[in-house]
Amino acid sequence: MAADFLLARVEALGRRSAAALAEVGYIAALFVEACYWLLFGRWRRQPVRLGAIFKEAIGVGVAAIPVVGLAAFATGMMLAIQGVYTLRTFGAEEQVVIGVAFSVTREFGPLITGIFVAGRSGSAIAARIGTMQISQEIDALRVIGINPVRYLVAPILAAMLLTLPALTVMADLLALLGAALYCAGDMGLPVNIFFDRTFAVLSAGDVLEGLAKSLLFAVVITLIGASNGFNVAAGAEGVGRATTRSVVLCCIAIILVDMVFSFFTSR
Amino acid sequence: MNSQMPNGYAIEVERLVTHYGPRKILDDVNFTARQGEIMVIMGGSGSGKSTLLRHLLGLHRPTSGSIKLLGQDITKLSADQMFDLRKNMGVAFQGGALFNSMTVGENVELPLREHTRLDDNTIRIMSRMKLEVVNLAGFEDMMPAELSGGMIKRAALARAIVMDPKLLFFDEPSAGLDPVVSAELDELILTLRDAMNMTIVVVTHELESAFKIADRITVLDQGRILMSDTAAAVRASEHPRIRSLLDRTPRNDAVNPDEYLERLTREIIRA
Repeated sequence: MAADFLLARVEALGRRSAAALAEVGYIAALFVEACYWLLFGRWRRQPVRLGAIFKEAIGVGVAAIPVVGLAAFATGMMLAIQGVYTLRTFGAEEQVVIGVAFSVTREFGPLITGIFVAGRSGSAIAARIGTMQISQEIDALRVIGINPVRYLVAPILAAMLLTLPALTVMADLLALLGAALYCAGDMGLPVNIFFDRTFAVLSAGDVLEGLAKSLLFAVVITLIGASNGFNVAAGAEGVGRATTRSVVLCCIAIILVDMVFSFFTSR
Repeated sequence: MNSQMPNGYAIEVERLVTHYGPRKILDDVNFTARQGEIMVIMGGSGSGKSTLLRHLLGLHRPTSGSIKLLGQDITKLSADQMFDLRKNMGVAFQGGALFNSMTVGENVELPLREHTRLDDNTIRIMSRMKLEVVNLAGFEDMMPAELSGGMIKRAALARAIVMDPKLLFFDEPSAGLDPVVSAELDELILTLRDAMNMTIVVVTHELESAFKIADRITVLDQGRILMSDTAAAVRASEHPRIRSLLDRTPRNDAVNPDEYLERLTREIIRA
């Protein structure tokens, strides 16, 4: 009896592992296909249209400016508050500038941007593609002769790759501004001095590391959203589940990717 | 393309077998449709008629067998050849499958935009012509969500015929429509065959509509073809399953006790 139970458990574990592996494979194939259409679609009579990319860029990027900006500003200020509180123990409040400068550009700028775009667009991509799947719109695309990956995924991927780094730069600046304003109020440190010191310690590499991360996040959000959307099977409830799953997986994946990336670049 | 169809068949399906997971859905299906005729595929729920349609559309890969559309075996075509063939195929899905983010006009224009290099005004005029054909003139700026069920089906039909395809597939044209609207759609299908000499495949379970439009009817039951003949021959058929479909009598399948027991206990009793 116990052996049977154990066997069933192992079997279930095996099934889940196989399913997870299959999903990773599916996502990888989706990535390759989307890149293929972006690069070579023009010669296969299936071009990815610039208009579609710009339309998506407005949806995933421009529309995210207020929420990402606000979150970044608040995060920057929060970092300064905690930094000053911690450094006061050593009487070294002035050093908060360095801490904030590095942590914002290398970590929090891209991370906050990624998480918020995942929340907005990771769900929206899954919901849109999932709804199209159950209303047979994906089938309709295919019978018209339009590759769904080329038409639906490639433009979003391009738009994400363009806008996420831009949003990250904005988030970096606003977070630094938040921190600068707190330091100005708390320690009387003038804002221009704050920025002078920040730019003195930062190298281009710090900012580029953040931007490289944001490119990875762009790929992760697009692909997880799209793959969850394409795999919707069970009606409206399935779309809801895919949407939730997409956001959760996007956020987790972003944090894990961030951790691994930081591990290899920050040592 | 006609040179490749010496026998005049626009559609030839031979020994088609398909599975969904371990379950066999279509079993040795053979079926043809001549150039310029309306072939109705009829059958109850779960008979495999939707599956057959999806394979005819090249949306799935069959387990075995061949599907020739306009003389080309779509199970062996490359992606590029399939892409070219699709310009000669139009499909109106059951729920319309209009793209909800686009207006009716943009929906109808989409195949032209993707497949042709015509200028904007020509595309607009051509799509308006098709909307005239389906009596939806003036609706091009509306969104699909603002249309009634019958209008959605007609808009989907306009999108399906905008490239003047040689093959038109129509999934359940009368499902969910009132009798008047459904009769109008039937008329429209007949007009399309006469005016454009299209080969039209209609999948339906509505008897009245089927007999009204069909040149020939293929009856599917549990994944097999019971009969594929003229409408008159199907109407006169003595086959018990066809009779029960036509006379709307419930089927009384004899139950095989062993199979029944096996179905109930499957995966519970381990060998």
